[in-house]
Amino acid sequence: MQIEKTAVAGTMESSDIMITLGPGAGDIAIDLNSTVEKQFGDEIRATITDTLRKLGVESAAVTAVDKGALDCAIRARVKTAVYRAANGEGVSV
Amino acid sequence: MKQLRRTMLYVPGNNPGMIKDAGIYPADCIMFDLEDSVSLAEKDAARFLVREALDCLDYGGKEILVRVNALDSPLGMADLEAIVPTGKVVIRLPKTETPQDIKDCEREIARIEAACGLPAGSTRMMAAVESALGVLNAKEIATASGRLVGIAIGAEDYVTDLKTNRSPEGIELLFGRSMVLLAARAAGIDAIDTVYSDVNNEEGFRAEVTLIKQLGFDGKSIINPRQIRPVHEIYTPSVKEIEKSLAIMEAIEEAGRKGSGVISLNGKMIDKPIVMRAQRVLDLAAAVGVLRKGVDL
Repeated sequence: MQIEKTAVAGTMESSDIMITLGPGAGDIAIDLNSTVEKQFGDEIRATITDTLRKLGVESAAVTAVDKGALDCAIRARVKTAVYRAANGEGVSV
Repeated sequence: MKQLRRTMLYVPGNNPGMIKDAGIYPADCIMFDLEDSVSLAEKDAARFLVREALDCLDYGGKEILVRVNALDSPLGMADLEAIVPTGKVVIRLPKTETPQDIKDCEREIARIEAACGLPAGSTRMMAAVESALGVLNAKEIATASGRLVGIAIGAEDYVTDLKTNRSPEGIELLFGRSMVLLAARAAGIDAIDTVYSDVNNEEGFRAEVTLIKQLGFDGKSIINPRQIRPVHEIYTPSVKEIEKSLAIMEAIEEAGRKGSGVISLNGKMIDKPIVMRAQRVLDLAAAVGVLRKGVDL
């Protein structure tokens, strides 16, 4: 799936993560700002990347502002961002 | 043992913090909301979030409900498509007005169950009536599907439809509550009362819970974990009630041993309805853990 426009999902509230997804330059680039960066930064990046790849997204620029979101919330926000970027096409739960 | 539904805790479907913490409170049921607590712009986000949470989080065996959007919009159908395949939840349908609403929802649930390999009929439903028409059709709604485990009244929309508002005494809700309760009893399902919005007014909340328990409701929808304890306290049988019920059951057994046709306790005749009420008290006492089967107080 090609990401052709920017979409946002999530909030800056505790336990949430705000994902801003835009067109990439051939790979998945993640700019992560997290309250738990030291402990879980690698896991958060891996969860974002894995969720995007499962949706067929191989190229995207992701900005993620994390406030301690669980994996399920990270996956949900990434899926929502892709869903919005694709105007509701091609993403199922 | 019967599923307790004394407290049904609303959790807004687009709030990851509340969804994460919902399981730590002792509510009997958790109800994730995709409807009124979620803005139109966030409906998609809430649907993805609740589905992911259901797939990943363990709520310790509590009954989980998801209030979907009404099926007269594409949102409701998308909610069912996302939530039914989990095979874990009761679908709560809002703003039910006719038995056809239930049948339409049931048909879509059955289709999704078949498509994802779930046993036919495994997804349970709960109806909420929130209008004059819904209340007047309560009996037909409550008996419209064998999937229904309960019927609830939603007061805010209902009193608006009546062209009135909610009073502290709740007189404007008496007819609607009674209709919903009678419909539930006629159908053999649970009756769930509406929310009490003033979280800081515990005295008013306790008065309302006492009223709906006396009417016969099985429980109440709640909007804050602080409301759990008052409901559970009011719904827990007192020591006096339990002792009386145990004495009634003992008198019944004694009469059975003696072959007596007429049973009395402390000079009062004990008949079938009294025994049924005593058994219900003991069942509830056992369910809430204040009485162990076969053990006295």
